[in-house]
Amino acid sequence: MEAALFHLFSFLTLAGALLVITRRDPVNAAMLLVLTFFFMAGLFVLAHAWFLAAAQILVYAGAIMVLFLFVIMLLDAKEETRRCFGRVAGVGALAVGGALLAALAGVIRDGRLWRVPAGDAEGTTAAVGRLLFNTYLLPFEVASVLLLAATVGVIVLIRAPRRPDDAPPSA
Amino acid sequence: MSPVFSNLLAQPGVALAAEAAVKIAVVIVVLMGMVAYTVLAERRICALIQDRLGPNRVGAFGLLQPIADSFKLLLKENVLPGHVNRFWYVLAPTIAMAPPLLTLAVIPFGNTLAGFNLVIADLDVGVLWIFSIASLGVYGIVLAGWASNSKYPFLGGMRSAAQLISYEVPMGLSVVSVFLLVGSLKLSNVVAYQAGTWLIFKAPLAFLIFLVSAFAETNRLPFDLPEAEQELVGGYNTEYGQMKFALFFLAEYANMIVASALIVTLFFGGWQVPFVRVEAFGPILAGALGVAAFFVKLLAFIVFFIWVRWTLPRFRYDQLMRLGWRVLLPLALLNIVATALALALKLRA
Repeated sequence: MEAALFHLFSFLTLAGALLVITRRDPVNAAMLLVLTFFFMAGLFVLAHAWFLAAAQILVYAGAIMVLFLFVIMLLDAKEETRRCFGRVAGVGALAVGGALLAALAGVIRDGRLWRVPAGDAEGTTAAVGRLLFNTYLLPFEVASVLLLAATVGVIVLIRAPRRPDDAPPSA
Repeated sequence: MSPVFSNLLAQPGVALAAEAAVKIAVVIVVLMGMVAYTVLAERRICALIQDRLGPNRVGAFGLLQPIADSFKLLLKENVLPGHVNRFWYVLAPTIAMAPPLLTLAVIPFGNTLAGFNLVIADLDVGVLWIFSIASLGVYGIVLAGWASNSKYPFLGGMRSAAQLISYEVPMGLSVVSVFLLVGSLKLSNVVAYQAGTWLIFKAPLAFLIFLVSAFAETNRLPFDLPEAEQELVGGYNTEYGQMKFALFFLAEYANMIVASALIVTLFFGGWQVPFVRVEAFGPILAGALGVAAFFVKLLAFIVFFIWVRWTLPRFRYDQLMRLGWRVLLPLALLNIVATALALALKLRA
């Protein structure tokens, strides 16, 4: 039963991801990515990583992709569906994709990620919390500082200093 | 019972699935019934507040009105406007309706009755599940606005996305203090913790933030900007009619009921009966009393939601954003720090 579900969710995840990058319409692509996140959450549940599954849906499907969709809809999506890419971009994409694939193949051949018995990963909220606040405390805090830096950066960018000649109309 | 059937039920997985299926059916039927009669209650209570009578012609006190309304909506001709993006236009109402049905699965509506736990799935990540599924409701509204290919729905959809994302943050942060106190995300543990005192007395600020955010998350007045009639015609559902419109309508009321159920579970003791030791009445009566207590509290909150809607005026959009980001968010953070400090000092003492 679990093996069948694992194969089903793996297939759906891969199929969804493939559809994301082959769709022309950005809204369809974004919604397919949401669906792919769901199937990935299914895989997490099968690994008994409940917290990770819920966080996956909450953070990626529920928050980040909503903002993606927001931006896509505010921009003109129809222009994007008509755009074609040149030969240089194609070669570049192939090179980057190939490098990523090679890196992945290296990790898989390394074998450390390969054999994890189903249900061996401790996925309860308490277990994840213990790991985050003991073993991985420093990387966890550094990641939050990184996010803070990005937020501050955005605020600095949108509040760029005005040129002296276009002073605000009042005051 | 035929032997084949009883043999099938004897298998552990099958019995579990059958139990879950029965619970799911009961919960959905009860929820949809409550939705229908909440609509009627809303119409009758708002009429009362405005010194009118409200719908009182169909059946005694208008009690058959929801049935008449649902038949009207079901039997209407199915019209698809020519300028819409068909796929997402048709799918959007379904996406809006799914989250309230899914989130109900983890809310315990009673302790135990005849040996059955009165919750569909008591997940370890309970509240996290509710937040993650509830955060998907915004897709239905955003996609409806976008797929309608029309100005007002689009504006309504965009407003809604910004509002829902903004208020998810203080809402999520406000319950952190609850979990610091309880020490678990599981909703059955949260209810069990409140056997003595309800959490509203231990975390009043968290309750206040959660309540305000719940009003915003369910698009109810004073935060119903996504469908502000005077500014947006009807908002995201302007181009919708028939059962597709009805689904949005049902989703709004279902969301309100789920939000009320969550408030009751988190802050008002869930199915705990106050002042009475129900165990003394024997298991069956105690279980039934628990369910009754849950529903009485739930109904009180539904009436409160309706009462607020017909009492307060609507916020302006900038006021809404300022309240969310500048008032509720810092308050929620402060609440977490204060609760954590108090708990740490208590542990040391």
